[in-house]
Amino acid sequence: MVPTLFGRIQTRLWLLAVVGALVTAALTPVLPMDAPLADKYQATFVVLGAVAVIGIAWELLYHLLMQWRWEKDWPTMFGLFTGIPEGLLVGYLATQGWLPFLPAAVAPAAFVIHFTVVWLVVWLVANGPMRVPFIRWRFRGGRLL
Amino acid sequence: MTEVVDVHRQESAAGTPVRPLARLLASAGAWTDEMIAGYGIPVQDTPIATVGGGIGSYILADYLRVAGGVPTSGLRVVSNLSHPWQTYERLANSSQISPTDRIRSDSASRPDNLWGFPSYALQEAIRDRSLGPLAHVFVEPIFDDYYTPRLGDVMKSIEREARRIRYWDMLVRGDAQLVRKRVGGGYYVLFVDERQEDPQPMALRVRDVHLAVGYPGLKFLPELQEFRERKNDHHRVVNAYENHEHVYHALRRRPGTVLVRGGGIVASRVLERLILDRQRYGQPTRIIHLLRTYVTGSHGPHPWARRSGKHGFAYQGFNYPKSVWGGQLKARMASLHGKDRADVYEEIGGTTTAYRREWQRQLRTAREEGWYHAVCGTISDLQDTGPKLTARMRVEQGEFEVEPDFVIDCTGLNAEVTEHQVLRDLLVHGGAQLNPLGRMDVKGSFELIGADSGPGRVYVTGAASLGGPFPGVDTFLGLQIAAQEVVDDIARRGHCRHLGPIASTLEWLRWATGRQL
Repeated sequence: MVPTLFGRIQTRLWLLAVVGALVTAALTPVLPMDAPLADKYQATFVVLGAVAVIGIAWELLYHLLMQWRWEKDWPTMFGLFTGIPEGLLVGYLATQGWLPFLPAAVAPAAFVIHFTVVWLVVWLVANGPMRVPFIRWRFRGGRLL
Repeated sequence: MTEVVDVHRQESAAGTPVRPLARLLASAGAWTDEMIAGYGIPVQDTPIATVGGGIGSYILADYLRVAGGVPTSGLRVVSNLSHPWQTYERLANSSQISPTDRIRSDSASRPDNLWGFPSYALQEAIRDRSLGPLAHVFVEPIFDDYYTPRLGDVMKSIEREARRIRYWDMLVRGDAQLVRKRVGGGYYVLFVDERQEDPQPMALRVRDVHLAVGYPGLKFLPELQEFRERKNDHHRVVNAYENHEHVYHALRRRPGTVLVRGGGIVASRVLERLILDRQRYGQPTRIIHLLRTYVTGSHGPHPWARRSGKHGFAYQGFNYPKSVWGGQLKARMASLHGKDRADVYEEIGGTTTAYRREWQRQLRTAREEGWYHAVCGTISDLQDTGPKLTARMRVEQGEFEVEPDFVIDCTGLNAEVTEHQVLRDLLVHGGAQLNPLGRMDVKGSFELIGADSGPGRVYVTGAASLGGPFPGVDTFLGLQIAAQEVVDDIARRGHCRHLGPIASTLEWLRWATGRQL
């Protein structure tokens, strides 16, 4: 999928809300966090929400950077490696306990596992299976609406 | 592969079409049912006909069958081709792409698969049990060339899907002569099967017509065309899209000089073949590469619109910037009209080739060893001077002469829509008009503007629709995008299914399991 700005944002929000939420729901109980299960779920979903919300600002930056590419495309590897700066920023905020609605600071190991698994699965879905139910998605720059 | 059955054209004694057809062809305006019956022309009713029968018709048929849920009885394909990949394969083979070579197409551009999933790279990885194709897609185009599928794999996949959708149950063999409005709505598609001993006109009475007629012929530079006609020499001056194996065979046996004209992907293929043959057979072939526009570096009006280039070539992964098939260029184009749209076509247009590391190595060696020369200019005159030709070249510094043994014209295919009988008639009698680029003027739904007939519509996709709200029409993915727009429009008009997420997933499962429709 070669994205437009609105397509990027819509795709990010949809994938995190559906695929990210399913992965988070399945993964949270086994994450190395010393807290009641309800607090663990609250923490992981706050992190997921932060990736979505802060991600809108990241998408603006990616869109700007993409303008220097003649093809106006976003190579596959960019979609994976942009997880590094995004993970570092959200990870710093989460492990310091600075994200709103966090019950407590998130353990670094738990964050790394959670963020990495969600990012990888979302990236894989975006690079293929997403096209199966949404047949027009790739021709609309990632827009679902 | 399905057996290729070529059309054997029958000429009547006078060299003119059969009489009822001649009278109908001469008539103007819409046809009545009585007119057709009066001429004794057999008529078959079907809701939709697609004219052409190449990749464009095949992709529309696939979309109608899979996405639209249209039964085989709901569509007829009028074509003189026995199978939809026949012309594509012939042009590809002539332009030096063998079944094992890779074509200039994206991994997810699958004419046989509406979803582009699994991509050709994933399919190749699974089949070969290798992560190589997936790693290639992962690092493209930063650390490697774009992944591109093999011609043979693409053709096989098209054949598999054609069987799945029962393409041949819908095929009606014949040369389309005219598409005319029918009094009372819809259209008549008049065609003649010229393989028959006594070819007689036949007609389809349809609600909608889709035209994907490709290119009327090969394109030649005027000087080269004039030489071919004057000397009747189709041996030494050839188009890269026609079979010209004799050129390579001759150059295997003796030293020679070849003048290659054009800077597109076909020229790159021809250069590759000449260079490989030179290395393989040891003959000191010399190559003069004539480019009308010599690109020296990155070019474009500003940093956000700059295409790379060097050594005469403009480089681009595919026929157009990738974002025309779904990204911001597609979105931008859809909102532009008239001159604004034509200006963007101008900005993204021009001849390009793919940057491939192997080709770069070959040409670097050829330049360094002094047997390949790229020249910016035009041919002002071409004469037959005995065993060799004499080409007068006009360049910036003046004129000079070279003596090539062969000239290979790689300037492409003729896209002049008025040279196609059906399109020309629609312009004259069907209410259609030309767009600013001189092709058929279509809407975003690919409906031919001005050609509607009651509840019926004409849709035009492929090369003839270039210049409309969507560029990139003459590509696999472009044909799929166009087919999706056409089928969505037919669905909006209430004549077929609109494919939603659940039905799409179910259809994909049917595709993946090879279930016949």
